[in-house]
Amino acid sequence: MAYRYLLGLFDDEVPLLDAVGKLRHDGWHIHDVLTPFPVHGLDPVLGLKETRLHTAGFVFGATGTAFALLAMTYISTVDWPNVFGGKPYFSLPAFIPIAFEVTVLFASVGMVITYYLRNRLSVFAHPEILEPRTSNDRFAIVFDLGKYNDDAGKLEEALLRMGAVEVKVREMNQRQRSHNEQSA
Amino acid sequence: MSHQYYSPVRDPLILGNKTYAQITEDISSQAERGPTLRFMLAITFTGLIALMGVLAILYTIWKGIGVWGENKTVGWAWDITNFVWWVGIGHAGTLISAILLLFRQRWRTGVNRAAEAMTIFAVICAGLFPMIHMGRIWDAFFIFPYPNSRAAEGFIDWRSLWPNFNSPLLWDVFAISTYFTVSLLFWYTGLLPDLATIRDRTKGIKQKIYASLSFGWRGTAKQWQRFESISLVLAGLATPLVLSVHSVVSFDFATSVIPGWHTTIFPPYFVSGAIFSGFAMVLTLMLVARVVMKLEDYITINHIESMNKVILLTGSIVGIAYLTELFMAWYSGNLYEQYAFMNRATGPYWWSYAAMMTCNVISPQIFWFKGARRNVVITFIMSIFINIGMWFERFVIIVTSLHRDYIPSSWLYYTPTWVEVAIFVGTIGIFMTLFLLFAKYFPVVAIAEVKSILKSSGDQYIAAQAKEDAEERNEQGGAAFAGAYRKDKDQ
Repeated sequence: MAYRYLLGLFDDEVPLLDAVGKLRHDGWHIHDVLTPFPVHGLDPVLGLKETRLHTAGFVFGATGTAFALLAMTYISTVDWPNVFGGKPYFSLPAFIPIAFEVTVLFASVGMVITYYLRNRLSVFAHPEILEPRTSNDRFAIVFDLGKYNDDAGKLEEALLRMGAVEVKVREMNQRQRSHNEQSA
Repeated sequence: MSHQYYSPVRDPLILGNKTYAQITEDISSQAERGPTLRFMLAITFTGLIALMGVLAILYTIWKGIGVWGENKTVGWAWDITNFVWWVGIGHAGTLISAILLLFRQRWRTGVNRAAEAMTIFAVICAGLFPMIHMGRIWDAFFIFPYPNSRAAEGFIDWRSLWPNFNSPLLWDVFAISTYFTVSLLFWYTGLLPDLATIRDRTKGIKQKIYASLSFGWRGTAKQWQRFESISLVLAGLATPLVLSVHSVVSFDFATSVIPGWHTTIFPPYFVSGAIFSGFAMVLTLMLVARVVMKLEDYITINHIESMNKVILLTGSIVGIAYLTELFMAWYSGNLYEQYAFMNRATGPYWWSYAAMMTCNVISPQIFWFKGARRNVVITFIMSIFINIGMWFERFVIIVTSLHRDYIPSSWLYYTPTWVEVAIFVGTIGIFMTLFLLFAKYFPVVAIAEVKSILKSSGDQYIAAQAKEDAEERNEQGGAAFAGAYRKDKDQ
């Protein structure tokens, strides 16, 4: 079964932002927005939920600090105590550089893995592309025609009025996840 | 007035009235075209140099590190000089992309991608040296602490042998491997959208390859939101990381009780030296790349001037550090320390000290002149000078402090053998080969980032905005305009 989507293509970020705001105000449900670069101010206009990625980063980092300190303490005081330069077995200042590096390592590796998983990015991910020009010079507002099939004409008219340079209907084999589903 | 903030006082960052499509075309067409004859010749040349290095490394591993010129006191030969030099060069990329991102220096978008790539390749070259120096490279994994049975007595015994967590050499293992990992992740995560741009423009097998490389990036609002979040956090993590890496490298020296090394000035002195040499290498590469790849509209004279300012600042910090070291040697009243520094300047290695002082301290002072900062030829020559000078700095620190130790009977003059020279030159070949491959097949300028600053820093928009402002001023009169402008900026 094919999934049908209506794309309003804009040639710049300013009309895109205006259109997203007006369309939502008029009660249209925007399925997704595709842009060639991060458009500042789009998230609140679109009603996108805030990302929790940085919180995950903090948790990974804290795990790293705890792991490094605990491991070094266990190794240096319990598993194989050794005197280096007359210092105590547990010499915290000497552990700080490694604890710091492991914190950064855990935080960044953990965050990047989370980022790839949540965004469904991998070498094997070959998603169907709605509109190749959205990675070049087009900004697309996507509507799910499964929902708005009867209103396609009205939508097209509204998009063109708001400055869309082109309106397209695309049939896809894969269902495109909406921005809310991507946030969930 | 438009929604975009633009700076009425700054020069445009992107020249040539570009549109979004032109930016895409300018940068990704480089990657989409097949290799040219010039590229094939260049990569053959660098590849042969790299091959020479690899053969010299294999020879060293086969025969043992006795094939180098190291002796009783200079046990580190050229090896660690090269290591510190490469790690230092590997600092500019992360500095440009992370620290300048936090400081909102938007000119970085023209050069950050290539500088990050350079960082990764430089750290690869750096990492080779300590591994070869171990002698038994097949046991290199012993440096990582993991539960093992190396301390076992008898058959079923799991007592582990651990590395020394109090040793700066182990801190270095963690610092360099973390730095490499984080730089690689930061770089590749930033590359995904631009690789997707190339994927959407190509056909057939190329499209398949770029589709895999771009990890299926789609550019949805949610993906960009997370992209911005991870960029900011990784930049925040990479900033202290980049400062820690060369601090830890300097601890390798500073924590040992050797005259000339045992000083607290080392961490900041090494970090500024690293940024100094890193920017020099970025300039060396980008001055060539911008002409060969026709990127003058993206890497402008303003970029070169900004980088030259950083070079002037960090070079002067390095100069002050040299003088502080001399002063502290005198002021400390420590005979050994004083001898070490007199020996550096006037001993058998005076020529390397002179080369260091000339290249790193005296010659970069030319950048006080705006004309020199904006001159491509002078900048290129200076960048080569600094690369040489910073190599000599590490040579001076390592060899002159070691070649005369506490027992005069072991004083010798250290000279490298052809093997060491071949390995060093070989790593330059490896570095250049990797950079050429990157520049050919990857988007060498961050396409999405450049597009995102086009409206605020593009040539045509600044001109158009200035014209609009002038008209508005004429219509409304000066005071009314000033009020309107302030209001607009407040929003």
